[in-house]
Amino acid sequence: MLEFLIAACYYAFVAWIVVLMVHNLVKSRSWEREILYVIVLLPFVLRLLRLK
Amino acid sequence: MSADSIRKAVVVLLGLAVAIPAGVSFYRSRRMAEPVVLSPGVTEVRTLGEYFDGVRGTAGDCSLYFLRGKEPGGTVLVLGGTHPEEPAGRLAAWLFAENAQVDRGTLIVVLSANRSATTVTRPGAAYPDSFAIPTPWGERRFRMGDRWSNPLDQWPDPEVFIHYPSRQALAYVDVRNLNRTWPGRPNGTLTEKACYAFMQLIRRERVDVAVDLHEAELQYPVISTIVAHERGQELATLVSMTLTDMEGFKIGTEFSPKNLHGLSHREIGDHSDAVSLLFEAPQPFLDATRGKTTAEVLLSGRDEFVVKAGQHGLLFEKIDEKGWPIDVRVGRHTSSVLQTLESWSESSPARGVVCRGVPRYAEVVRNGTGYYLSDPSAAPPPRVRFE
Repeated sequence: MLEFLIAACYYAFVAWIVVLMVHNLVKSRSWEREILYVIVLLPFVLRLLRLK
Repeated sequence: MSADSIRKAVVVLLGLAVAIPAGVSFYRSRRMAEPVVLSPGVTEVRTLGEYFDGVRGTAGDCSLYFLRGKEPGGTVLVLGGTHPEEPAGRLAAWLFAENAQVDRGTLIVVLSANRSATTVTRPGAAYPDSFAIPTPWGERRFRMGDRWSNPLDQWPDPEVFIHYPSRQALAYVDVRNLNRTWPGRPNGTLTEKACYAFMQLIRRERVDVAVDLHEAELQYPVISTIVAHERGQELATLVSMTLTDMEGFKIGTEFSPKNLHGLSHREIGDHSDAVSLLFEAPQPFLDATRGKTTAEVLLSGRDEFVVKAGQHGLLFEKIDEKGWPIDVRVGRHTSSVLQTLESWSESSPARGVVCRGVPRYAEVVRNGTGYYLSDPSAAPPPRVRFE
């Protein structure tokens, strides 16, 4: 049960980071930062989809 | 549409162009089906979940191939895939499942003892996701796998892994190591539950001898050896002497340390009536000083940096430019298991297991492992299973 809760918190945290990264991507005005956000997003999105 | 939006769309598309192939590769790797063409000697295929509901249908469940002889006798369990990143153990078990015929007693063969660990590779280690064994009819592809259960199936890891029931402190990551969680427990982690299920199998099927097939890095002192529980020392010594004398390769014996817990050679013997043995073959791919981590190195066992380490006296097994090819490693295991069956049957005739059809060391080295793997497309569909 404890392991399930920790895993659930972990995935919620990952999802929150994805939301923040997408928000930053939308607000960004510089292409360098947009590429940076997309690169950072990739492993988080794959993790959310449980692709490892 | 503004220039800003177009630029963002292009950047996102570039990201998807990277993410989608990576995701598809991970997805396929985790679900890749490995065919098993059942030997005529396979009389029944069961699952581990039939022995313990706690693993039924989970990533900890796996297939059990039963080969029952016409004459009554004993029962021997062969575990391949405890550590899937040690492929000679799995492939040797595969050769039994596809070739063995049992005349007396029962042989139970497991190809993916830790099935969860077959679905992942080591993070950050640049492992290949699979490897191919050439055969006369094409090639057979197998998952690479890892030493530990997939974190997608069991997570998080503790700071320190406290082994049950000894309470010995072990490395945190070994909470997902099937060869550190014996004898397991019904309310434990997925890996502990799998070990518990195997213990139930061993007790219910009255297993006499349990053999666990492994490979080891050359910088690890327990290599080219049989690790034996104290009740298996006589059998291991007999097998070691016979193989070294008759088959052209050296294999030693080690006694299972009484105070090192969680390993099959210790806990199966302590918690059941079975004699437990663990076989180690050399695998340079696992050495920390290796060069490129490729399927070619995995199969050829050739690596110039490991050879260099040997020249500096840092290894516990010899290596030269010929390396340790997969056929040599698989052949060592098939001969070791066959010799164990013969020696056990001689010393315990009433509980003997007599098996034929499986190639020994010299045959595997001469013809290659793939020579003994059947073409799934040419086999009757009911005789083809998937791991």
